[in-house]
Amino acid sequence: MTLLEQKGEASAHLPVEHHQGPTGYYRWLSSTDHKVIGKNYMYTSLVFMLIAGLMAMLIRTQLASPNSTFVSQQTYNELFTIHGSMMLYLFAGPFAFGGFANYLIPLQIGAPDMAFPRLNALSYWLYLTGGITMLLGFFTASGAAAFGWVGYAPLSSSTNSPGAGPDLWIVSIALVGFSGIFTGVNLVTTIFYLRAPGMTMFRMPIFTWNMLVTGLLILIAFPVLTAALIMLYADRHFGTHVYSVKGGGSPVLWQNLFWFFGHPEVYILALPFFGMVSEIFPVFSKKPIFGYKGLVFATLAIAGLSTGVWAHHMFTTGTVLLPFFSALSLLIAVPTGIKIFTWIGTMWGGQLDFKAPLTWAVGFIVAFTMGGITGVFLASPPIDFATHDTYFVVAHFHQVLFGTTIFAGFAGFFFWFPKLTGRMYREKLAKLQFWLVFIGFNLTFLPQYLLGLRGMPRRIAVYATTDHFTFLNRLSTAGAYLTAIGFVVFLVNMWVSWRSPIKAPDNPWDGHALEWATSSPPPSHNFHKVPPIRSNRPTWDMNHPEHADGRVMTAAELSREVLD
Amino acid sequence: MKRSTIKTARAEGNSPASRRVRWGAKLAGLAVGSVALAGCSPAFGAYRGATTQGRSTFHLFQGFAITAIFVGGITFGLLFFVLLRYRKKSDAIPKQRHSNVKIEILYTVIPILIVVGLFFFTVKVENKVDALNPSPNVKVTVTAFQWGWKFYYPATNTTVIGSIKHYPQLVLPEGETTAITLVSQDVVHGFYIPAFNFSRYALPGFVNHFDFTPTSAGTYIGRCSQLCGLYHSEMLFSVKVLSAQQFQSWTSSQAGKVTA
Repeated sequence: MTLLEQKGEASAHLPVEHHQGPTGYYRWLSSTDHKVIGKNYMYTSLVFMLIAGLMAMLIRTQLASPNSTFVSQQTYNELFTIHGSMMLYLFAGPFAFGGFANYLIPLQIGAPDMAFPRLNALSYWLYLTGGITMLLGFFTASGAAAFGWVGYAPLSSSTNSPGAGPDLWIVSIALVGFSGIFTGVNLVTTIFYLRAPGMTMFRMPIFTWNMLVTGLLILIAFPVLTAALIMLYADRHFGTHVYSVKGGGSPVLWQNLFWFFGHPEVYILALPFFGMVSEIFPVFSKKPIFGYKGLVFATLAIAGLSTGVWAHHMFTTGTVLLPFFSALSLLIAVPTGIKIFTWIGTMWGGQLDFKAPLTWAVGFIVAFTMGGITGVFLASPPIDFATHDTYFVVAHFHQVLFGTTIFAGFAGFFFWFPKLTGRMYREKLAKLQFWLVFIGFNLTFLPQYLLGLRGMPRRIAVYATTDHFTFLNRLSTAGAYLTAIGFVVFLVNMWVSWRSPIKAPDNPWDGHALEWATSSPPPSHNFHKVPPIRSNRPTWDMNHPEHADGRVMTAAELSREVLD
Repeated sequence: MKRSTIKTARAEGNSPASRRVRWGAKLAGLAVGSVALAGCSPAFGAYRGATTQGRSTFHLFQGFAITAIFVGGITFGLLFFVLLRYRKKSDAIPKQRHSNVKIEILYTVIPILIVVGLFFFTVKVENKVDALNPSPNVKVTVTAFQWGWKFYYPATNTTVIGSIKHYPQLVLPEGETTAITLVSQDVVHGFYIPAFNFSRYALPGFVNHFDFTPTSAGTYIGRCSQLCGLYHSEMLFSVKVLSAQQFQSWTSSQAGKVTA
């Protein structure tokens, strides 16, 4: 027994029943266990996603015919505002960094919990409270906020958008913002300080790497948003003039602050999902990830660049230095492209086992590649002048965001479902859901590129027969309904898995990272025994010693490593 | 397809560097052209641009579209090859390859070169589109408000004001340069003429300037592109491009008038 292993095993040999605590509903409410909080986050964000998805159905129904009066223009503006706000603030981010990261990071690095378990619980409750606060906007006299998820000043001022609905929107995002900041602190601290012995930085799974970078980006971006929101609230209620021309303020300042948050936010939403598929491709190819270090550096490059591209959302304001923001925005395509080639390289020469997680992950590559390529168009200011605020942009960011959060998100969800629940999902239903959503998704968003190029602005509630937008909008609506049927299949899958469970083995996929070395679901302190960590896939090394990445170390190497 | 590629090339200058890239674009276009573009309109769904500025933007868009089809084709080609070729055949464990530095450098350097090329043309076209003529033939001040547009011709003191009930018309001369001064009276609006391949925010407290040189007479729709409140969808206007002569007689007939 080596010194290193003794150290690793000692920390993992905590008494199992030591922290069992309360059970049932009270356990869900009071727990500071990262696994319980992670699951709370995941299920809550999925519910928010389904609610926001229903709003999307109403939006698409309104747009299915010209001069539509299915909902009023006011209601329409509220619907797309809250649809976007819920999807971005309440689903995409929290699903990833509240749900998956919370659940998986301690498991992947061999830690018993997050660094600050109570702060973690506070994060969740702030998030839930914030989410409910946002929805309450619909029950106020003024209705919910109706100025888009970006809340541009001065449309969001007390003159242009009076009432409690917009206030609730501001407060809810501030709450969710604080929740995100606390989660960011927790993630970064956990990854830096709680790694098991042997888990060096370059042995961390790619998902953990991506969550570290995401955590840092959260700490860069979210405080700016929260500060901007507080100033907006002060403008509305305390007579300040930060964003109003009359008092010497500047409406463009809001756009700068918002997008300084907003663009890193796009990568805060994307990186975790890149991390998930980077776990999935190797496992279902029976190969290690291709170009591990390249992938890590690509992630760091994306993070660095993402803080310098915010004004590409503002090309048409006439207030920004176009070549600078254009160059950086175009450049970000390079590390993103590296990732795509890395995933293809991982599958190259493998034994691809098309279980649901791999199928969904491939769907992600398809969607994300299309969305990424059209993003390059928008990084070019003249092309952006022609397409800004049209359905071309709507199609682009839905391909990117739906591609990541839904395709990669469900790849991850099905991949880790056995670990989360100790049960298997139904493979056939997961595949059926995939095909419905994949066809529906493309049918929804591909026509929108053409609509945008033909001049349909986003956020319009009505269009005329003479605009000739009807046919493409009908296709898009049909696609949206098909996608919705896909999600009904998902609910059926969950129902069946709940009512007639099939027990999941501890390591159903021959997984690579540490979470597959413990039981499904893991005990309250995660590990009875942590296998030796000699590479970035310790569970694989343990199960396939003849193909192990980590070789057995000499005594000299070992003592050097322990000293480090 | 071929014709449009050549048109793109013509619009993009004659320096040796751009000629080389042009050849690249032509070859790329031809390589994928026959298969991928069969049945596609060479405009790729976009407007060809009814101004000299919009025309340049269209050509840039075409260049981007060809590059996109090329890059997308290679990426999807590799992806689908892998998906078909490496389906699971046995339980044997494949070769555990961790990296291949040559390939990694290749898929880093080639995208950088592509991006540099795209940036080069972007800046060229951007300078054209954003160029301001020091002595424009016509000046118009456009004021956006909730929910309509006001067009003011200072030379003849002509004002056209619209609303959501009555869409105003912006009249421009063909073949001459009109300098637009764009402001907003209340919230942020987007002055957007799809057929011109152009939009610009109308910002409160900030004045925007840009030029149009229309190339073909006709009537085009204009819209508000940036969400501006309740009747955002109905904040429309039309643009009528007249021959220089017709424009002259229109301005003299409208001198000093306010149309609402």
